[in-house]
Amino acid sequence: MVKPLGGADVVVVGAGIVGAAVAYECATAGLTVAVVERDQVSGGTTGAGEGNLLVSDKEPGPELDLALLSLRRWREWAETLDTDIEYEPKGGLVVASTAAALASLTALAEGQRAAGVETAAVADPRTLEPHLRDGTAGAVHYPQDSQVMPSLAAAELLRRPGITVHTGLTLTGLTLTGGKITAAVTDAGTIPTGAVVNAAGTWAAEVAARCGSELPVAPRRGFVLVTEPLPRMIRHKVYSADYVANVAAGTAGLETSPVVEGTAAGPVLIGASRERVGFDKTVSVPVLRRLAAQAVELFPFLTDVQVMRAYRGFRPYTPDHLPIIGADETVGGLWHACGHEGAGVGLAAATGLLVAQGLTGGKPALDTAAFRPGRFGRPVEEAHA
Amino acid sequence: MTVYDIAVIGAGPAGLAAAETAAARGARVAVVDAAEHPGGQFYRHRPGDDGSRHHHWRAFTRLRDALKNVDHLAGHRVWHAEPGEPHTLHCLVGHADERPTTVRAQHLILATGAHDRSLPFPGWDLPGVLTAGGAQALWKGHGLTAGARAVVAGTGPFLLPVATGLAASGATVHGVFDANRPDRRVLPLATDPARAIEAAGYAAALLRHRIPYRTGHAVIAAHGDGRLEEVTVARLDRDWRPLPGTGRTITCDTLATGYGFTPQLELAVHLGCALTEGFDGTPVAAVDAAQATTAPRVWAAGETCGVGGATLAIVTGALAGYAATGARPPASLLRRRARQRRLAAALAAAWPVRDGWKSWLTDDTLICRCEEVPHSRVEQAIAAGARDTRGLKLLSRTGMGRCQGRVCGYAAACLVGAPERPDRPIAQPVRLGDLAAGDTAPIHPRAGADT
Repeated sequence: MVKPLGGADVVVVGAGIVGAAVAYECATAGLTVAVVERDQVSGGTTGAGEGNLLVSDKEPGPELDLALLSLRRWREWAETLDTDIEYEPKGGLVVASTAAALASLTALAEGQRAAGVETAAVADPRTLEPHLRDGTAGAVHYPQDSQVMPSLAAAELLRRPGITVHTGLTLTGLTLTGGKITAAVTDAGTIPTGAVVNAAGTWAAEVAARCGSELPVAPRRGFVLVTEPLPRMIRHKVYSADYVANVAAGTAGLETSPVVEGTAAGPVLIGASRERVGFDKTVSVPVLRRLAAQAVELFPFLTDVQVMRAYRGFRPYTPDHLPIIGADETVGGLWHACGHEGAGVGLAAATGLLVAQGLTGGKPALDTAAFRPGRFGRPVEEAHA
Repeated sequence: MTVYDIAVIGAGPAGLAAAETAAARGARVAVVDAAEHPGGQFYRHRPGDDGSRHHHWRAFTRLRDALKNVDHLAGHRVWHAEPGEPHTLHCLVGHADERPTTVRAQHLILATGAHDRSLPFPGWDLPGVLTAGGAQALWKGHGLTAGARAVVAGTGPFLLPVATGLAASGATVHGVFDANRPDRRVLPLATDPARAIEAAGYAAALLRHRIPYRTGHAVIAAHGDGRLEEVTVARLDRDWRPLPGTGRTITCDTLATGYGFTPQLELAVHLGCALTEGFDGTPVAAVDAAQATTAPRVWAAGETCGVGGATLAIVTGALAGYAATGARPPASLLRRRARQRRLAAALAAAWPVRDGWKSWLTDDTLICRCEEVPHSRVEQAIAAGARDTRGLKLLSRTGMGRCQGRVCGYAAACLVGAPERPDRPIAQPVRLGDLAAGDTAPIHPRAGADT
């Protein structure tokens, strides 16, 4: 028999960085919040992320506007939160290996600058990264690119008064009265509420289905290599301009590009790979080898550095690579804040703000039309891919 | 490249027995082992060793002789086991001249053994505090003594050979402190003649070296300025909480502690083997009656599928050797396994780890030594929503360092109240250059950055 757990103005499903940001902003707006998490805080994609807050990898458009808003909010959080969330505005350096790559990178940077991004052309990237390989064509420096420790940030945001976190609790469905939510049903009781926010990240399609809706969110696997701790040899997030063609790739096959960064704690983090292989946790040795080869090519000194560990995560992929933020168009009181693919940490702060503004009837800080949950139409095949 | 019929990983009792059995049945066998000399932790020895430091030396020399019929790939550290047809073991060989290599085999037998299980207590990170196995390895492997004045603490019969070994190597042992008070649960062990004789031998050695042996006691703190100078020993209640007023100090320069063993399961996890609960309730590789894991063409033997000592390891190793060559094992071997498993269960029941050790901790006692995470930060992470060792790692860095949680994992799992997850895709550190050298993937330089 289900028992009431204590009501809340809003129930957030998922205690990753997006759920934490939504909960924090809702609580800040004066709502009482219950967070329902089937595993643990940061147990999903947040715990497998590097914690970057990037504007450099986004083309001008709605996602870049969201990223810029988010970046400002993250800066405010870093100043106001009690605990150190390892916020570090270390800047990004995008390196072009050929003249052609540099030309498209430069064109991208111009568009980004018009949208409000700080960019600076760097003729010799080794002035910023002395250990970078010789013979690159040039680079663009993005001083706004920053980093946080996402798990600590999520935990800290969830400590805000007004938020109750239930870990080890699974949302099983909703109670609807007259087409509107009156309670969230979990495996350990019901929570009376008028609003439920689906912030289940890579598992958001499953949560949407339990709520009587449908979303096209699918996993896109990535691996990260972690080296032994080093003195600070790499100061920025450094990656190859090869990506320009294709954060937007949608193929199921393996795609990799070198993304290398030092951390305050010492280890160097090496990514990034993308594969659409479902929730397969098997370690792919060829992918690890490819990541290593690309990192060594960018920073030759890494050849003799040891990899201590590796981990994998599953990005919440959507068909148009944009997040899903807004009210569900069929279930009254159901909201979605998910599908941020590899950008969830960076976009979390603005996502939380927009959902809280929506729930309290406030004017949204930016136009959310591009993120509408209903934009994919039905039936949705991707969700079941 | 050679594809072996069977690759056995580990050259301890289980691995040697598996290799002997499989080779005797005509299989082309490789024994892949991290150490330079066969024997594993149990039969650790020096070149030219006459066996005087060892029990079961005759059993070992017989098993070692079986290596003549296999390829003994010594000094091969497996950093990843990749399932396939054939399976591929990604290894590193050598030390200063380390180089990568691969070993391929149609069938694998995992005999990866176990490592010492530590419990944290104030001062356990001082130089001079060793694991019991570490102290024994110094003596067995190098003929060295760990120090002049030693104390041994922990739980289980394994403390006895550690203490007598330290004494034989020249240390004065000022006490063996077993936190448990063995009761009638040890009786099944007393009916095993081999173990009874062994226990009597240790008892005689303790007497000969005048080593005090106390049950229901533990070292609950170590003290010293920069290195170990003394320990606090206290009497414990049944749950291992120190009884007030029973603490006393013992001057020593060496403390060897051991609270059992944790199987090395990384490779089993790489291969997709399901885990289950071992004799003491902690994770081990799940095997069926033929020692087969749940992964295709992968068997497991010895401590990998349940910590039970050398005899059980030899029996399960032989059984895996029969199964991997498609042969029926003799019924006598199955009976011996059943008996040894009962003894192992009795051992785990008689010498459990009780929760009261947590009361030895202070706020600033380090739980994770690699990342210097104190107990208070672990408690904060649990309060913040960590529910297992992965959550602890994310919220407090516990287990994130060089040892990947091998030292602190058991304690961290106890503190957070969920089993350890031996998920270490890279089981041994590997140079990026060596990793990159094997890169043959088609080039799709197309993925973007992440947050």
